[in-house]
Amino acid sequence: MDIFDVFLLEAVLNGLLLGGILALLALGLNLVFGVIDVVWICYAEMIMIGMYAVYYLHNVYHWPLWLAFASAIAIVALGGAALHHLVIRPVLAAEPINQLLVTGGVLFFLQAAATLVFGVEFRNLGIRLPQLQFGEMYLSMARLIAFGVALAAMIAMSVFLKRSYLGTAIRAISQDRQIMPLMGVNPNRIFLVTSALGGALAGVAACLLVLQYDIHPAIGLSFGPITFLICVLGGLGNMMGGFIAAFIFAQFISVGGFFLHVEWGYVLAFLFFIAVMFWKPQGILGGK
Amino acid sequence: MKYAALALLAAAPLLGMGNYPLHLLILCLLWACVYTSWSVMGRLGMVSFGHGAFMGIGAYVVVMGWNHYGLSPWIGTPIALALAAAVAFLIGYPCFRFKIVGHYFALVTLALSEVTRLIIVALRDQTGGSLGVTPKTALADVSYSLNALQFSSKLVWFYVILAFWLGGLWIWKKVDESMGRLALEAISQEEDAAASIGINVTKLKLGVTILSALMTCMGGVLYAQYQLYVNPDTVSGIGISLQMVFGVIAGGMFVRLGPTVGAAFTLLLAEGLRLWFGNQYHGLDLTVYGLMLVLFIIYMPKGILGAASGALEKRRMVRAGA
Repeated sequence: MDIFDVFLLEAVLNGLLLGGILALLALGLNLVFGVIDVVWICYAEMIMIGMYAVYYLHNVYHWPLWLAFASAIAIVALGGAALHHLVIRPVLAAEPINQLLVTGGVLFFLQAAATLVFGVEFRNLGIRLPQLQFGEMYLSMARLIAFGVALAAMIAMSVFLKRSYLGTAIRAISQDRQIMPLMGVNPNRIFLVTSALGGALAGVAACLLVLQYDIHPAIGLSFGPITFLICVLGGLGNMMGGFIAAFIFAQFISVGGFFLHVEWGYVLAFLFFIAVMFWKPQGILGGK
Repeated sequence: MKYAALALLAAAPLLGMGNYPLHLLILCLLWACVYTSWSVMGRLGMVSFGHGAFMGIGAYVVVMGWNHYGLSPWIGTPIALALAAAVAFLIGYPCFRFKIVGHYFALVTLALSEVTRLIIVALRDQTGGSLGVTPKTALADVSYSLNALQFSSKLVWFYVILAFWLGGLWIWKKVDESMGRLALEAISQEEDAAASIGINVTKLKLGVTILSALMTCMGGVLYAQYQLYVNPDTVSGIGISLQMVFGVIAGGMFVRLGPTVGAAFTLLLAEGLRLWFGNQYHGLDLTVYGLMLVLFIIYMPKGILGAASGALEKRRMVRAGA
């Protein structure tokens, strides 16, 4: 095999692994949007809080890693519920754009508060997972784990939504927000549970990302925008669409970055997004 | 009254103002310019998260032209404006044609501002990447250069930016007085109804968007020439785009001086907190700012000036009724 193709294949495979984690990021945001009809602009900042939680619990307080992970997920889940209760609920009846903007305010707040409390230094867990070698290709172990966990989390989520009573209620309310209260479902409770679930998914993403990236207060900006775009590309609230869109985006970034520079991969992905928006404003899986 | 206030503002630097307060005043007017530009379209229901793109184009096209091709900003500025208008058209036309509104419009424009930032970073050999770039100085042995649009005197900048700020307010007024504005208000309320009575929705929206983009681009040019330093994160990308939106919200986007009040408020808050607490609490100003934004949007969605004039109006009504 030509050596060129090996590297290209490596880029494609890395893109696939990146797609897994992007799909997980998109899942939480889509869940919240599908049910509550609000985009959490501060979603990536919630992940940042989760990453700091893991770092402090594990590296500063020396908790075992699994306990730090579990606690971080719980913390971000509580954060999601708090975000809904304190910030989203008061503006639920306001103009939709206000709901978008209010979470943008939370983005500023969380980012600045993290700077204030944690400082601007880059931190990392100090855990370096090995690179796996397949023939001439190298794949990151951390990415492989992230891919596997992301996939498992997504399957667990879909089983939960399909099989449990609460999941059924969540799906029902996302289909018809007006009728469900008449059927005896308490929307406030469902909204709160959904927000906590969305937060928990952000927490899982935080645990996976903390294995690969350094933590700093502005890290949210490096994957926040891309998460929104994936969700919009897949059709906001459409979980399957978001899943597919994540893998498309990841390929643009990985393969585009392989041929050009990594930023050009992002530029291509974003331009692709804008082009698709004009062609299919409801997202790739959206109907008419 | 209005003119007296304006005369006072124009005379302020001559009354022996220090260099630092003057710098703050200039920055305040500059951001007021940019925020006003954003509101020209934002208040009509087109909430853009992508105005960083236009500001970035203004700042970088002019600086790059000067640094690499020796192009005077007098030539660079029209090029930047043309480019900003073209980008606004390219993004606006399909958006309005296919009725991409609300969340979707905000997120599409967000992608645009990120594309601009990433292109600036990716062209790091020319633009200096995320480290930013300074325009080559023309002030080595002179105190000003008209050709390079560089002035060492802050006083010159004060009057230049004051003029642009007044120009922005004048454009806002002209838009208000034109027939188009009534139509645009109708569009922002009920797009389909507006279309059904023969309003050309796409054309009007596009016009306002291009106008707003041109004004923002000009703001970018002024910013680069005044600060003599540009950085992709301070003139483009999601951060600055959100800053514009929130500055406007804090002040109030439906009143003409709202964006200006927003700019003054944001700047004074940041400087005030810094003077108060000193520099050791890095991020404190933005923490308070973010918290206030959230409270504003929940409890005072019309902004400071909007709420104040609303309260005044109510009082007047009560008095008239009694």
